[in-house]
Amino acid sequence: MRPIITVQDLSKRYKLGQREVGYQTLREVLVKAVSGSIEGVRSRLNRRYPQNFADEESELWALRDLTFEVQRGEVLGIIGRNGAGKSTLLKILSRITEPSSGRVELYGRVGSLLEVGTGFHPELTGRENIFLSGAILGMRRKEIARKLDEIVAFAEVSRFIDTPVKRYSSGMFVRLAFAVAAHLEPEILLVDEVLAVGDQAFQKRCLGKMGDVASEGRTVVFVSHNMASIEALCNTCLFLSEGQFVAKGQTHEVVSRYMTTDLPPESASVSLSAHSGRRRGSRPMMNMVTLRDDTGTPTGAIRMGSSLSVAVSFACDAGPILPGLGVVLKNAHGVAIFTVTEGLVGGNSVENRVASGIVSCALDNPPLLPGRYSFDLYLGDTSGARDVLDVVSDAISFEVQAADVFGTGQVPAPHNSLIYWPARFAFTNGATQRDEVEHGRLNRG
Amino acid sequence: MTFAENPPAFEEPTVNDYRPSSQGGGAPGHSEIPQRPLVVIKSGRRWTSLNLRELWAHRDLFYFLIWRDVKVRYKQTVLGVMWAILQPLLTMMIFTFLFGHLARVPSDGMPYPIFVFAGLLPWNFFAAAVDNSSNSLVGNSALITKVYFPRLVIPSAAVGAALVDFGIAFVILFFMGVHYNIGLSVGMLMLIPLIVQMTLFAVGIGIRMSALNVKYRDVRHALPFLINVWMYATPVIYPVSFIPDRLRWILVLNPLVGIIEGFRSAIFNRPFVWSHLVTSFVIVIAVLLYSLYSFRSMEKSFADII
Repeated sequence: MRPIITVQDLSKRYKLGQREVGYQTLREVLVKAVSGSIEGVRSRLNRRYPQNFADEESELWALRDLTFEVQRGEVLGIIGRNGAGKSTLLKILSRITEPSSGRVELYGRVGSLLEVGTGFHPELTGRENIFLSGAILGMRRKEIARKLDEIVAFAEVSRFIDTPVKRYSSGMFVRLAFAVAAHLEPEILLVDEVLAVGDQAFQKRCLGKMGDVASEGRTVVFVSHNMASIEALCNTCLFLSEGQFVAKGQTHEVVSRYMTTDLPPESASVSLSAHSGRRRGSRPMMNMVTLRDDTGTPTGAIRMGSSLSVAVSFACDAGPILPGLGVVLKNAHGVAIFTVTEGLVGGNSVENRVASGIVSCALDNPPLLPGRYSFDLYLGDTSGARDVLDVVSDAISFEVQAADVFGTGQVPAPHNSLIYWPARFAFTNGATQRDEVEHGRLNRG
Repeated sequence: MTFAENPPAFEEPTVNDYRPSSQGGGAPGHSEIPQRPLVVIKSGRRWTSLNLRELWAHRDLFYFLIWRDVKVRYKQTVLGVMWAILQPLLTMMIFTFLFGHLARVPSDGMPYPIFVFAGLLPWNFFAAAVDNSSNSLVGNSALITKVYFPRLVIPSAAVGAALVDFGIAFVILFFMGVHYNIGLSVGMLMLIPLIVQMTLFAVGIGIRMSALNVKYRDVRHALPFLINVWMYATPVIYPVSFIPDRLRWILVLNPLVGIIEGFRSAIFNRPFVWSHLVTSFVIVIAVLLYSLYSFRSMEKSFADII
C-alpha cells in the first residue's frame, strides 16, 4: 500500500541570532549595512529578550536527514524530548515553515491544529469566532454553517454563543476553540500538544473525537509529551532525538524504548550549563542540580517514602535577581505528578537580590511508587513581574526503589496509579450494619 | 514492570481496530490515494508562481478577515461606523477653511469643498489601506506561526477593510454632489475602473510594505512619515494645474496623480487627461507585479523571522 505521507532526508537549519541564510539582494546588502548597526544598538538595549542570547552560536539543526513514511489510517505519535524537533516537523508538514533541504510529499488534504484558538478574536462573539476560526483553519463558509449546531453542542456553550469570547471562562474558550478544530475534515490531521489544556472530561472527549477521525480512515500525526495520551491514541510512534530519527514502530515498543533510553541516567548531580532539555528562549542561568536523600547525602536513587531535596546552583550574568525555583516532578510517562514553586508554598529566605547562589527545595516523604522520575526546573526572578528566566525539562532523573512502606511486606504495584497513599482500613461488625440497613428500610417503609 | 508492558488502563480496543495492518484497502467512502502528491514540500523554490488558484480557494478567509477588521474596529464605540463618515467630513471642512479660504489655493473653478473631498476620498483610502496593510502581517503573527494559508490574504484583506470605509465615505460625496447641483454624467462610470486602479495600487504598495515590515520593523516608524510627505506630492489640496508645466512630468510618475485627477474629471464631467491615466495604470501594474513576486519569494521565511 502506498503511503499518504513520505518524508525524505528532511532537514531544517536555523541560524541562531541571525536571519535564515538564503536569498540576498543588493538592496538588502545595502539595507543590512544600516540595519546592522541599528540591530547592534538594539540588542544591547534589549538584553533581557532571550532571542538574542545565542548570538554567538552559529546554527542549530532542528531536524536532520529525517526519512519516514506514514500509511493512510495510521495514527502516528511523535515523541522526543524538548528540542528534539517534533514541533518543527509538524510546522514543516503543515507548510508553516520551509525545510532547509529534503522533500515531503502529501497525498491528501492537510488540516493542522498547532494551537487551540488560532485566530480567535476576543471582541467577537462565539458564533462569529466559529466562522472566523473555521475559515482560518481552511473550512468553507457553507461547511461551517452546516456544522454550526454540532460545534456549539460539542463545546457546550449554546447559552453564550452570542457573547463576546472575552467574557468566556478559560474553560469555555478552550472548549469552543477545540470544537471548531475537531470538526475539520482533512485527510491528514496534524495535531500539536493541544490536549494539554482543558479539563479532564473534555480532554477525554477530544481524544474520543480524534479516535473517530482515525476510524474514518483519516491519518493523524500527533505530538505530545504525555505518554499516556500517546499510548491511548496512537498505533504507531516516531521517536526523535536532537532532530534525528531514532525509531518508528508499534507504540508500545517505541515508547518503552524512549523511556529507557532517553532520560539522562540517574546520578546525584547533573550539569545544566549545556543541558539538552533547556527550553528554547531560556537564559541559561542554572548550572548544576543535585539531589540529596534524607541524610543529606547526594544520591540518584531514594527508597519509597523517604525524603528528597533538590538543590540548584545558578549564576546570573545580567545582574542580581531574587531567585525563585519551580519544580515539576514527572514520572517516566511524562505525566506531571506535582508542581511546587517558591511562590506557591512560600518561605523564600532570600531578601536581597543576588547574582549567584544555590536554591533548594525539600520534598518531605513524597508518596512515589517505584520507578523512574524526573524533574523539570524553572528558575525565575520573583521581584516585580515574576519572570521565568530559565527552564530545563527533564533536568535530572532519579529512581525510587521499592520499600516496605506499609510494614506488611507488600509493595504497591505501579499499575494504574500515579502515587501510593497511606490508608487505614477499619472493620465494623456485620450485624450492626445489617441493623442499620433494616432500620433504614423501616424508616422508609 | 512499566506501563508500556502492562498498560491496562490505556488499552482501548477502539484504537487497536485502526491499526494499519487491519486497515485493508482503506475505509469506505474515501477515494484512493492519488497517484501524484497534492502537495510537495521542499526548499529552494526561489521564484514561485503566483498561484492565484490557491488564493481563490481561500476567498472565504479573505471575506472573513475583512469582516473581522471592520467589525472589530467599531466594536465598543458609541458612534460606530459614523466614524468612517465623520473623519473625512471634518478633514474636508478644515482643509476648506485652511486652504480654500485662508490660503486661497485654486481649484480649477470647482467649488473648493467638493474639489478637496474628491481628492481626499481616494487619498484617505490609500493612506489607510497602506497603513493597515503594512502592519497586518506583524499584527497577525499568531496566525502566521500556527496555520498555513496563502499569506497574501492577510495584507490584501487589510486593503479590503479600508475599501469598506471608502464605500461608506463615498455616501458623503453623493450628498455633496446633490448639494452643489452636479448632474449625473456618463463620465462618472469612469469611477469604477478608477476605484479598481486605486485598489490595485494600494495592494501593490501594501503587500510590499507588509513583507518588509516582517523583516525590518523600521517600516512601522518610517511609513507614517512617508505617507505624510506623499500627500503633499499628490494633488489632494491643490489642482494638477498648480504645478508648473516643466515639473509636471515628475508629478505624474506618482500614480495617485492620475487617479485623483481622474476622480475630479469624472465627478465634474470634464475631459480626462488620458496620458496621465495611462502612465498611472502602467506604473500601478508594474508595482503590483513586482510586489506580488517579491512577496511570494519572501513569504516562506515569514514564520521563521516574524
